[in-house]
Amino acid sequence: MPSVTVNAEFLGGLDVIFGGVRKSKCKVTKDSDDPIILKDLMTHIANNLIVHKKDYDVFIEDDTIRPGILVLVNDTDWELEGEENYELEDGDLITFTSTLHGG
Amino acid sequence: MDYTTEELLQQIQELKLENESLKNKLDQPIQDEDPLEQSTKYPFTLEEYKRYGRQLLVPEFGGPESQLRLKKSKVLVIGAGGLGSPALLYLAGIGLGEIGIVDHDTVSISNLHRQVIHSTRTIGELKCESAKHQMLGIEPRLKIRTFQEGFNSINSFEIMNGYDIVLDCTDNPATRYLINDVAVLLGITVVSGSGLKTEGQLSVLNYMGSGPCYRCFYPTPPLPSSVTSCSDGGVLGSCIGVIGVMMVTECIKVLTGWYERKEKGFIPFLSLYHGYNEIGQSLRSFKMRGRRKGCVACDLENRSITREIIESGELDYGLWCGKVDYSVLNDDDKVDVQFLSDVLSKQKDDKNPILDVREKEQFDIVHLDGSINLPLRKLTNSTKEVPIDDLLKGYDSTLPLYVVCRLGNDSQLAVKYLKEEFGLQNVYDVKGGLNAWASIIDNEFPTY
Repeated sequence: MPSVTVNAEFLGGLDVIFGGVRKSKCKVTKDSDDPIILKDLMTHIANNLIVHKKDYDVFIEDDTIRPGILVLVNDTDWELEGEENYELEDGDLITFTSTLHGG
Repeated sequence: MDYTTEELLQQIQELKLENESLKNKLDQPIQDEDPLEQSTKYPFTLEEYKRYGRQLLVPEFGGPESQLRLKKSKVLVIGAGGLGSPALLYLAGIGLGEIGIVDHDTVSISNLHRQVIHSTRTIGELKCESAKHQMLGIEPRLKIRTFQEGFNSINSFEIMNGYDIVLDCTDNPATRYLINDVAVLLGITVVSGSGLKTEGQLSVLNYMGSGPCYRCFYPTPPLPSSVTSCSDGGVLGSCIGVIGVMMVTECIKVLTGWYERKEKGFIPFLSLYHGYNEIGQSLRSFKMRGRRKGCVACDLENRSITREIIESGELDYGLWCGKVDYSVLNDDDKVDVQFLSDVLSKQKDDKNPILDVREKEQFDIVHLDGSINLPLRKLTNSTKEVPIDDLLKGYDSTLPLYVVCRLGNDSQLAVKYLKEEFGLQNVYDVKGGLNAWASIIDNEFPTY
């Protein structure tokens, strides 16, 4: 089964739904031979890393990342990298960060 | 020494006069003296060369030309709180043409750990006036305009019009969207900062009327339940302060044309500061997208946001961003603090009739004797598969359970959840929470 190992980061207070973990090594696998994409990592995180299933909505909404969370691929906005369809490579750093509003 | 009444009255009168003349001195603008006179030979006064000498020496700054640009620039700071306070202190000294300060709030004692421009002496004063006073201490000739009415849909264009750049130092999504939309329509660059607990974020939006705007990054507002304020989540003054200071650096870079002088020009970014990093502190800068095609604010072909729909109130930012609905209970499900006080005074054993749903940090500051702590988050993450006795250690199901929080909002959500998920019948919300307890029952009970 093909697999890719990447680092996922949860910043801006998002770590609360991952039991306070800010950085996690993720081995993402796939049944088919299709390339492993960022969407697969999102599913992996949602299924395996969220501590309380009820917090799923904090991370995913309408089948994609919830508004107010930015996604970065190796420190670059995922919008510049193909968003969910970005093909993961070993060693990639994928950052998820909530937006802060306080001042 | 003994004085007669007359002598004492005389002395009081003299002190009054002295006090009066000293006050007048403080309020008077400093008279221009020789070294300050504008020379025809040089672009700055002798004093200005001294004042700005240290920043003029910095190669990236751009020399006298940049200093002249600052002198002609007008900067608007919206919010004189955790971000605005340090930002305004630094802005006061760099030689700007005008600084506008928008804030309708007054200084309170819980502000002072981070809102460093204010002081114990100015508690109760308008923040914009308190800030102005402090800034004039740094630069008595600085032109400062204060807007006491706060920033809203109706006055937004009038306030922002004419400013070269805006520093968004506000604390809620609705105002952030409003500032963005008005700035986009007026073509004004926004330096946007925010923070919570030990983290902060910094961005430059609508750069020169062509960079991505707040809506390009965040087309949809966040769920109200996911928005945490500094008064709930807490904030370290030094961490939010770092962001306020960083905003000034961006302001200088934009006004003096630094991005224009760079070969690659302006690259949209989001910087993220973390004060409690695994190793030391961290500052990361992410390269961000450009303008979003179809953005309702900045894509000219798809723009649906106009000055008219903002000023008429047709676009209600508060409503659009929403807020958490706390009115989820009937009056039968609530008791007041007096009722709780009577219950507690009749309580003979150490059985726990109180559930406190605040976060542990708040519970640790102060709580009612014998209460059980289970934060709302943890409660609503639990389902009926977990026996309620395990969840609420020490809970006696034969007794009524009274639920408290800080203000009486989260406690209502908790009561509803306990009834619906766990089928608890004998559970009540304590109206007004511990703040009401402190003001009505126990004046010595600390509030924060």
